[in-house]
Amino acid sequence: MQNLPDLTLSEARQLLTSKKISATELTAEFLKRIEAKASWNAFVTVTGDLALAQAKDSDARLARGDARPLEGLPIAHKDIFCTKGVRTTACSLILANFIPPYESGVTQRLKDNGTVMLGKTNMDEFAMGSANVTSHFGPAVNPWKPKENPTQNLVPGGSSGGSAAAVTGGLCLGATGTDTGGSIRQPAAYTGIVGMKPTYGRCSRWGMIAFASSLDQAGPLAKSVKDSAILLKAMAGHDSRDSTSADMHVPDFEQAIGQSVKGLKVGIPSDDWINECNDDIKTMTVNCINWFKAAGAQIFDVQLSYAKHALEAYYVIASAEASTNLSRYDGVRFGLRAEGRNINDIYQNTRGEGFGAEVRRRILVGTYVLSAGHMEAYYQRARKIQSLIKQNFIDAFDKVNLILMPTAPSGAFAIGERQDDPVTMYLNDIFTVPVNMAGLPAISVPAGIDRRGLPLGVQLIAPGFQEEVLFRAGHVIESSSRFVSWHEKGAIS
Amino acid sequence: MNTTGLKRNYTPDTYKREHNEWEVVIGMEVHAQVVSQSKLFSGARTVFGSEPNSQASFIDAAFPGMLPVVNSFCVDQAIKTGLGLNAVINLESRFDRKNYFYPDLPAGYQISQFYSPIVGPGWVNVHLDELRTFSLRINHIHLEQDAGKSFHDQHPDKSYIDLNRAGIALMEIVTEPDMRSKEEAAAFLKTLRTILRYLGTCDGNMEEGSLRADVNISVRQPGATLGTRVEVKNINSSRFTEQAIEFEVFRQIEIIESGGRVDQETRLFDSISGKTRSMRSKEDAQDYRYMPDPDLPPLILNLDRIERIQNSLPELPDMKLERLQKDYGLPYHDAALIASDREIAAYYEECLNTESKKHEGKVSGDKAKMIANWFIGDLFAYLNKANLELKESKITPAHLSELVNLIYNGTISGKIAKEVFDLVWSSGESPSKVVKNQGMQQITDSSAIEAAIAKVIEQNQDKVQEYQSGKEKLFGFFVGQVMKETDGKANPQMVNEFLKNKLSAG
Repeated sequence: MQNLPDLTLSEARQLLTSKKISATELTAEFLKRIEAKASWNAFVTVTGDLALAQAKDSDARLARGDARPLEGLPIAHKDIFCTKGVRTTACSLILANFIPPYESGVTQRLKDNGTVMLGKTNMDEFAMGSANVTSHFGPAVNPWKPKENPTQNLVPGGSSGGSAAAVTGGLCLGATGTDTGGSIRQPAAYTGIVGMKPTYGRCSRWGMIAFASSLDQAGPLAKSVKDSAILLKAMAGHDSRDSTSADMHVPDFEQAIGQSVKGLKVGIPSDDWINECNDDIKTMTVNCINWFKAAGAQIFDVQLSYAKHALEAYYVIASAEASTNLSRYDGVRFGLRAEGRNINDIYQNTRGEGFGAEVRRRILVGTYVLSAGHMEAYYQRARKIQSLIKQNFIDAFDKVNLILMPTAPSGAFAIGERQDDPVTMYLNDIFTVPVNMAGLPAISVPAGIDRRGLPLGVQLIAPGFQEEVLFRAGHVIESSSRFVSWHEKGAIS
Repeated sequence: MNTTGLKRNYTPDTYKREHNEWEVVIGMEVHAQVVSQSKLFSGARTVFGSEPNSQASFIDAAFPGMLPVVNSFCVDQAIKTGLGLNAVINLESRFDRKNYFYPDLPAGYQISQFYSPIVGPGWVNVHLDELRTFSLRINHIHLEQDAGKSFHDQHPDKSYIDLNRAGIALMEIVTEPDMRSKEEAAAFLKTLRTILRYLGTCDGNMEEGSLRADVNISVRQPGATLGTRVEVKNINSSRFTEQAIEFEVFRQIEIIESGGRVDQETRLFDSISGKTRSMRSKEDAQDYRYMPDPDLPPLILNLDRIERIQNSLPELPDMKLERLQKDYGLPYHDAALIASDREIAAYYEECLNTESKKHEGKVSGDKAKMIANWFIGDLFAYLNKANLELKESKITPAHLSELVNLIYNGTISGKIAKEVFDLVWSSGESPSKVVKNQGMQQITDSSAIEAAIAKVIEQNQDKVQEYQSGKEKLFGFFVGQVMKETDGKANPQMVNEFLKNKLSAG
């Protein structure tokens, strides 16, 4: 039989329901691997006992024919989802001791679907970062190594870097992530897996620690497009506790896998800013276009001229929201409380010590852009740009069914690289951010290897609530690219 | 109807100084706690006086990942209030975050409506007395959350926080600067309180802080442009409003007349000294960094919902005052007193209903007035003396109506009625039962009255002679004796008539 950690989620599901393996066996194997690969720092909390207890319950259910859709499948959760009784930190010192008394909407759904939680994964502090280097618990490591330098530690991308490293490295069958400006898709691209950012409102934000509320959206990181579809089906759905949650039917996304793209209209942005990426990425994009053509899709030019300014507008809006969302971490009711002579001292010391540099930077930026005299020049102007970007997409989707562009301007880079200048780091998000600004669904699918032997991802974007077309088209890329995953390379030792 | 605002049928007093004449200009921001069993965004209960932090949910405590969901009942209450104040209801409004750090503000921001409030411009008529009324414009009403409470006096080096109040819905009712005297300001606050209590959208309990006002005060020479205003925060009674205005007017005139300038600032009112003192200047004003709350989509209302609420509105005090005067001929004073409180009005109208059921839908003006007299004169006096509220009274509206009918149809005299009232008050039994049990029916049997008169004349021959020789004021003496003989139950008109005949015939 196949090495258990090599399995995709859908393969494991098949083996569990046909009783060829047990959930306990599978869970124990993953826990062993998590321990063996502790150096990747993919997990910040491992819930071994809890996972084995859940697996035992799953085995009992499977045995008595009472299995739920994802019964006994071990997965991991980004440490941004509150998990009842299990420490949830957003990888910040300020929440390092926080044990939520409630379960987030998304993790509750996955639990109710029968999944086993292995633990909580590493991430950029409060999801602010593109390389998982701002985590209070230290960087997560990308299992992929460059050909020419096999000992070099690369970033897994961010902010859902721990989830991406865990999925690609076979530490779990799939993982949850959140995507505010690319935090699911970019790490998926850097680690050679599938990252799905659903339409804003598709998944509940209840119990998910907020970064930028109008942009944050949960989604799965998975080994295959099919796994991604299965996980999203389980995660999505209306939650009346979240006023921005969409009361929309959740289709059986798995049905989209294998459907033809014949006649599908695929748009390629013809704007100059799209070329701000390396040659390997350009080659990958051309390949994807050819695969689509070969599968019977039609290719069209589209213009997303305002999306060029998405990054600037995004850093204004996201920082503005973050600055007020993070005001609640004041040392009064939960989390870190530093000493102080009076309340202002306590605030300053708690927040000064508890937040890392990147979080402090964004709080300062956000506070500045909302302050009297600057609000109009920054925040309101950014909101205008946002509505222009939305209109860009609306116009483009008049002509096409989906839009194709790279997920990131390059492949993974080394830990420590690009860290001196935050703006260079922010440029990683140039292709992903416009999607969040427009609230649209997008998927990143592995589509090639760069000259260093590292994975590259292509991004497909659809109109709101049309995730199905992304799974359908994503699967075509997946089957055409013959991308060799990390474990298929025989990398699992 | 007056929809354009500021109108008054009198000229308000000004403050006259040696060289100048000054006019005060007043506007208010009234914070009214919404009557609702649960909070504006969290669903937590709102019982006043509960154990500290027993009415706070994880949302109120702003735990990570917690999200607000607007309570549609509170929204309905705001709409109702808007309609009651003749205001425009905005079909789309939004929630914004007002950012500041304070330990009893758990999220570090208050959810409010800064840019687009739920209720737009409106107006309200205010009666100062029978002759003087003015109307005042409402600028807007917005919904917002209340903060919790901090306690700094419970421990030598600790502060305590109670989040029971955190997240309770408030309506901020903002007026135009349309008031021109402390009397008008106090009357507006009373009128507003009455309207809110009629609507059932705020209990108006000022001691518990359910209704509190920030008062903006400036002075100017009549006709001049508006002066610099001072905001006096958190005033919780009409009397304090008058005191604060009085103090501010004199302070501001003094400053200007001695060549100074009034600073735009926020001041606090000290209810013990009756003075205001500076809290913070305009320069120290916080930058609240208002921004749209991304957790809450725009609040969209449809016309059906507004119409449904419009149809549920009770008759408002102004209309009731007019109707009581017009339909029953009640004098202004009685009508105003009855209309001043929804419970009082309901009690009185229940009396009228009982009456109207008994008499084929008709209530005569003199009966309505009699009921009003017994209600306002007697029942209020009893309630005050016993320190009871109207709803605790054993005398029901049906009792009061019955009592008036017993007098009206001659079963008892007005004097006996006072005794009956007293017995009903203490026993809760119906007036007719009391009259029957106590044998208090008026004697209208002429032979019985004649017999009593005969006896009195028999026993007082000397007085009869005096009377007949011209000492006519002795008539009262004879009436008294006959009443005494009949235990006060003889019909007074019959006694008068028979006595007169008897004595003059003698």
